[in-house]
Amino acid sequence: MKRPQLLLFILTIFTLLLTSCGSSSSGQTGAGSTAAYIENKGSDTIVNLALAWAERYQQEYPDVRISVTGGGSGTGIAALINGTVDIANASRQIKSEEVKLAEDNGIMPVEHVIARDAIAVIVNPENPVSELTLEQISDIYSGKFSNWNQVGGEDRPIVRLSRETNSGTHVYFLETVLRLGEKDNQTLFSMDTLLLPSSEGIIAEVRQNPNAIGYDGLGYVPKDLKMIAIAKQAGGAYILPSVETVNNNTYPIARDLYMYTAGEPKGIVKTYLDWILSAEAQQIVKELGFVPIK
Amino acid sequence: MQKTLNWREYVITRAVKASGYSAIVFVALIFFFLLREGLPTLAEVKLANLFSIRWYPIEDYFGILPLITGSLIVTVGAGLIAIPFGIGTAVYIAEIAPRWMREILKPLVELLGGLPSVVLGFLGILVAAPYLREFLNLPTGLTALTGSLLLGGISIPTIVSIAEDALDAVPRSYREGAWALGATKWQTIWRVTLPAARSGVLTAVMLGIGRAVGETMTVMMVTGNAPVLAIYPSSLFSPVRTMTATIAAEMGEVANGSVHYHTLFFIGMVLFLISLAVNVAAASVVFRTKKRAERILS
Repeated sequence: MKRPQLLLFILTIFTLLLTSCGSSSSGQTGAGSTAAYIENKGSDTIVNLALAWAERYQQEYPDVRISVTGGGSGTGIAALINGTVDIANASRQIKSEEVKLAEDNGIMPVEHVIARDAIAVIVNPENPVSELTLEQISDIYSGKFSNWNQVGGEDRPIVRLSRETNSGTHVYFLETVLRLGEKDNQTLFSMDTLLLPSSEGIIAEVRQNPNAIGYDGLGYVPKDLKMIAIAKQAGGAYILPSVETVNNNTYPIARDLYMYTAGEPKGIVKTYLDWILSAEAQQIVKELGFVPIK
Repeated sequence: MQKTLNWREYVITRAVKASGYSAIVFVALIFFFLLREGLPTLAEVKLANLFSIRWYPIEDYFGILPLITGSLIVTVGAGLIAIPFGIGTAVYIAEIAPRWMREILKPLVELLGGLPSVVLGFLGILVAAPYLREFLNLPTGLTALTGSLLLGGISIPTIVSIAEDALDAVPRSYREGAWALGATKWQTIWRVTLPAARSGVLTAVMLGIGRAVGETMTVMMVTGNAPVLAIYPSSLFSPVRTMTATIAAEMGEVANGSVHYHTLFFIGMVLFLISLAVNVAAASVVFRTKKRAERILS
């Protein structure tokens, strides 16, 4: 009984050693000019997409290792500023303060648009409300409306859900929806908005709470939740988010997704970013529910 | 022979001494670090802003009052649950339960203490929050109360384990004396055993509360993290944002050396001072009761 286990153990160790040798030797061959290792970090919206890209790319180019982590756009950009990643993923544009901090560290962030994303506003399927204007959503999140019957629903309190402030989706939603894209609008999220640390937290709460309203990237919304059709102005057409409505610019809450590099990309990072814009990589974008760029 | 023994003893004494002092050194270093990173906030953020009631750091609102009250209300709630339950369980295990049951219960409780807080957080999101929302007819189940319940659960094992040890250490002659005077079992526990073990029980409570104040993952998952000033009893049933959850959620995002970064360290400093105050208060109570007990005994 003991012996086969021991054998298995030794075998496992042996295989581990072998594989680690293998990777290090291939790493050496690949690291002719630059290190064959790409550190990629940032937006939780992009993390699944970035992982899918990294997996496919590593299959095709086995001598390249790409490590992908999430944490939020702010986290990725902070890491880029501190010089610990090669590529930062962001679902918002880099802020001017961040550019300044980066320049102080001798880093010049360069922007690459890699895909587009629609933000879906979601409610519990039991909620009868299915259409809202941008202004109504803004009034809900700013705290002006606090009962669903003010927007044509049942007599229920509204529970507002949002991502944490380090999420690019949060910042985008603040600027585009709460402030309706107006530069000098100072509207803030209502103080009792629940700030949840993950997309999963928002989805779990919306799924079980008929009072809740939340928002999330289109690619992350599961089928059992209800998406709200949104109109730009009162009296306008109510549009549901989809690849088509994002591409023909009728759905009002859609944005570009970015990758940032420290300076113009060179070597292996440049090859990878060029590949991301190829038809093959953009097909993966579509498969994951995001919108490919032309 | 004699010489080597002396030499060895010297090294060992020194090593023990050094490890004893190192605890103080580490705490001092940590506090110094917190001060260095946190104090610049006082120069960078206006006091009126720092002690306002809005926390929204990406627009430069740095009001930490909601975070402090959020932490306090969750901790007080957890204490109200954990202290009676914890001490009750400890009394049962130490004084009432038969030997065989005691040998099952104590390891089980200690096992509960080893439960990762993330797992409890998941239980909170998927079970406790929906249940509380329907049962109490609240707008949402992600409230301070949910956090208190789970934190109470986290601190109970700490309290039980240490309080039981303290009760166990009370000499049997105390109880026998009480019984000989005709005291009932309850009177013995309430008037003799518990007061005799007071300092140990108090330490248990303090460590339990300390565990609750510092707990991060669970509260971040179940309290909703809305930075609302929580000063009414009804705040227990609405979402709150604690200091620990704020630091955990935002530390990853901030650029090193920014105002937001310094403010997060300032919050850490406040947290440190609060637990220091709690510990000092507890220590002084223990010290005073000990003196009184010594007076009575002498």
